[in-house]
Amino acid sequence: MEVVEKKNKNKQYKPILDGIPDWPVYQLSKNRKEFIEEVAQRAFAQIKKNRPTTKQVIDEIQATVYREQQRMKRNRWRVDPADEPKFWGTIKNEIVVLSTKTPEESQAKADELLYRIVYRYANEIAGNFKASSYRVTREIVKFWFARLLNGARVKKFGAFFRNRYSLRDKIHIVGKVGQLRKLAKEGTVVMVPTHFSNLDSILIGWIIHSLGLPAFIYGAGLNLFNIKIFAYFMNSLGAYKVDRRKKNVPYLETLKFYSMLAVQKGAHSIFFPGGTRSRSGKLEEQLKLGLLSSTIEAQRNLYLETPPDQPVRKIFIVPVTLNYHFVLEAPDLIDDYLSSKGQDRYLPEQDKYGSWQLLQFLFKFFTKGSNISVSIGPGLDVIGNYVDEDGNSLDAHQRIINTRDYFVSGGSVTIDRQREDEYTRMLSHRIVTEYHRINRVFASHLVAFVAFELWQKKHPNLDLFGLLRLPEDDQELQYEEFRAACKRVRKQIYKLKEESKIYHATHLKGKIDLVIRHGLDNVGIFHLKRPLLMSKEGNIITKDFSTLYYYHNRLAGYDLEKFV
Amino acid sequence: MTSRSLSDKDKPIGVIGAGNFGSVIANLLALRRKVLLYARDKNVVAHILAKKENRGYKMHDGITPTHDLSMIAEQCDVIFPIVPSAHFRSMMKELSPHLHPYHLLIHGTKGFDVILPKGETIESIAELNRSMVKTMSEVIKEESVVARVGCLAGPNLARELAEGHPAATVIASHFDEVITAGKRLLRNDHFQVYGNNDLVGVELAGVLKNVIAIAAGALSGMGYGENAKGLLISRGMVEMVYLGRALGGNTKAFLGIAGIGDLATTCNSYLSRNFNVGYRLAQGENLNDITASMDEIAEGVNTVQIAKKCADYYKVRAPITLALYQVLFEDLTVKKALEYLMRYPLNVDIDFLAE
Repeated sequence: MEVVEKKNKNKQYKPILDGIPDWPVYQLSKNRKEFIEEVAQRAFAQIKKNRPTTKQVIDEIQATVYREQQRMKRNRWRVDPADEPKFWGTIKNEIVVLSTKTPEESQAKADELLYRIVYRYANEIAGNFKASSYRVTREIVKFWFARLLNGARVKKFGAFFRNRYSLRDKIHIVGKVGQLRKLAKEGTVVMVPTHFSNLDSILIGWIIHSLGLPAFIYGAGLNLFNIKIFAYFMNSLGAYKVDRRKKNVPYLETLKFYSMLAVQKGAHSIFFPGGTRSRSGKLEEQLKLGLLSSTIEAQRNLYLETPPDQPVRKIFIVPVTLNYHFVLEAPDLIDDYLSSKGQDRYLPEQDKYGSWQLLQFLFKFFTKGSNISVSIGPGLDVIGNYVDEDGNSLDAHQRIINTRDYFVSGGSVTIDRQREDEYTRMLSHRIVTEYHRINRVFASHLVAFVAFELWQKKHPNLDLFGLLRLPEDDQELQYEEFRAACKRVRKQIYKLKEESKIYHATHLKGKIDLVIRHGLDNVGIFHLKRPLLMSKEGNIITKDFSTLYYYHNRLAGYDLEKFV
Repeated sequence: MTSRSLSDKDKPIGVIGAGNFGSVIANLLALRRKVLLYARDKNVVAHILAKKENRGYKMHDGITPTHDLSMIAEQCDVIFPIVPSAHFRSMMKELSPHLHPYHLLIHGTKGFDVILPKGETIESIAELNRSMVKTMSEVIKEESVVARVGCLAGPNLARELAEGHPAATVIASHFDEVITAGKRLLRNDHFQVYGNNDLVGVELAGVLKNVIAIAAGALSGMGYGENAKGLLISRGMVEMVYLGRALGGNTKAFLGIAGIGDLATTCNSYLSRNFNVGYRLAQGENLNDITASMDEIAEGVNTVQIAKKCADYYKVRAPITLALYQVLFEDLTVKKALEYLMRYPLNVDIDFLAE
């Protein structure tokens, strides 16, 4: 039987801004050309600052050309523009000529080449938000999701065209929604969600819309644009492109300035601070500091550059966790994780899932009982202090403090990179703590955690890899033992919740047998090999230790092990 | 820190705590800038005002004593809190409402702060771990919005500093800005200032060396000579490194001024309070009488208790700390403790450095 989730506030939120032309992202796309030029100029200036001599600039260009040509030779994608080889070929020819000249003669040319490169990159990265296409996408998504849901669930003739269920029944949004809506009016919101699945970006896009917020911009892996259906969605939702194959300095600087200037200009943004999807299934522990530091830098620039007679726009960080029973890519992610653990292997960015598999998944998702919940965390300032409803930063004693003061030295706002690096670490630490606090435990997480830990306990001499190599067929947990352990761990989760160190879904409460059943029914529900099942004798068995380990990891880091 | 505007120069520097070290640091700072010196005791403020003198130190004309913490926070951007660890948190609670994120705090307190569960005392508690034991920089961050925190540590016997003997100190902070500010304010022709980024490591080195200082005093009090002291300093060093690592510091900090530098100084000096405690213990006095007769707290006594319980919890071998603990709190004689240490079956010289 299905344990029904408590009906959450399924209300529709009114848009906080009336028309799309008021949206920051629209403003950005309207002035696309100027914006790209500004990004290119800033990135250019930054690279020049770090490489003051002409020789260094030429070296940098040469290194970039070399890397780009290697990439084109080895790893070309469908989305890569057709004129790439020609562009880099030309740059290469022109740089070769330069190496025979004196620095004085070649300086102007080298600068021009560098600018051409960053300008091209800025263009590549820039998103293509179009109001008309955004509206179309939104309607398509709403229409088809509704058809899927109703067609599958209401078993009556003509059900296909009813509107009994909406997406809000499948996706539960909990947490500080009201505050988020207010903050998006007060200032610029940078949402920092956990990252488990490629579905995250689309899901977040939908959530933002359904909360009545204007579209957010976000960096999506260029690999996703290989999949046509994704490319269409993401272009229309304000995504800009992040190409993880390109690790050269001009590209990284351009990317950084793109995201930073967008935030500085007031475009609400989404950063996945974990960088890529969590391979292990654990909540993020290490965040990518680059993106966070650009947020801090944007805030400092706002304090520095806003004319004194105008109010300074504040940037708010909002942590978000996405909670799934099932992650489509789990088996591959955990394989990646396991094979890279111990040896620093290069992880190729590849996706085995094309449009068809995704549609299949979506169909399954909407027709079967697997829900997703999204926890919206409390708003923070760029240092990591909580903010109140009006966006004021608060200290631990609820006293209002001025975020500007963090950048003040000797009475005025100053630029100090080392100081901001340290603030970045503080912010990162804060976000990780918030993730753990707002993480919403599902029954499926509980059963996966308990089962894996029990097996670990039964084989104290085996390390992780030894355990994962055990033949699955021979392993069985007695139901009574499993049940008792689930109860103990659940009790501890309650206790942690009291201390506001974790959250749990409403379905975690109630009779433990029902909770276990709900967990078993849902954990990794669509995998070919189910991570956890009940045998005919009523005991607990697994078909795949690795994916079980993956789902188990969701509860790692809470010291729950000793309660199993 | 490129710009040094006039207003910046005009702001006074705050020192909180008019003990020996606080007074001397205030005097050093006064060579550069105006100083506001906070004393908890109104009589001390009045005395300094009237006599330009405190605890036998002549106080510089640029120092204004005050009894008002909020005034310090309002007038100063850079503040040096130098109060005993036992009063540090309560002082911070009082100061905190007046602090802003633009403040820089550089403390000079070599002790731990302990928060225990209700009903427990440091004597009674069975297990002590890092969640209950805090360094002063951690207390500052817990109690206030100040992020730019640093600490001052090193061989800084107040008396010698006052007399202008050559000396050095280390300022540790995660923020280069704090180190630079500290250097600019304190450095002079006979006072060298070094920087270190391992804030907690340097704090731990400064705190843990007090344990070894008591032991050194005890050896001296027994009438033993330089061989014994060499033995103690080198083995004490190893013990500090292990304990320090268990508590979250890096080995490196212990090899610097705040570690070996401070250790060598305190272990040889009758000017050190901690050394004195050990010396008088070995002479047969008991702990209560010794502490009662001292004008300032010897941080080391408390530290021995905390270090011993933490060593138990983290399973760190700390024979010197353990022996000292038994001498201080379990009536073991210094002589017996020494016998125990000499029989201790550990004889690898150095095993804390990676090859």
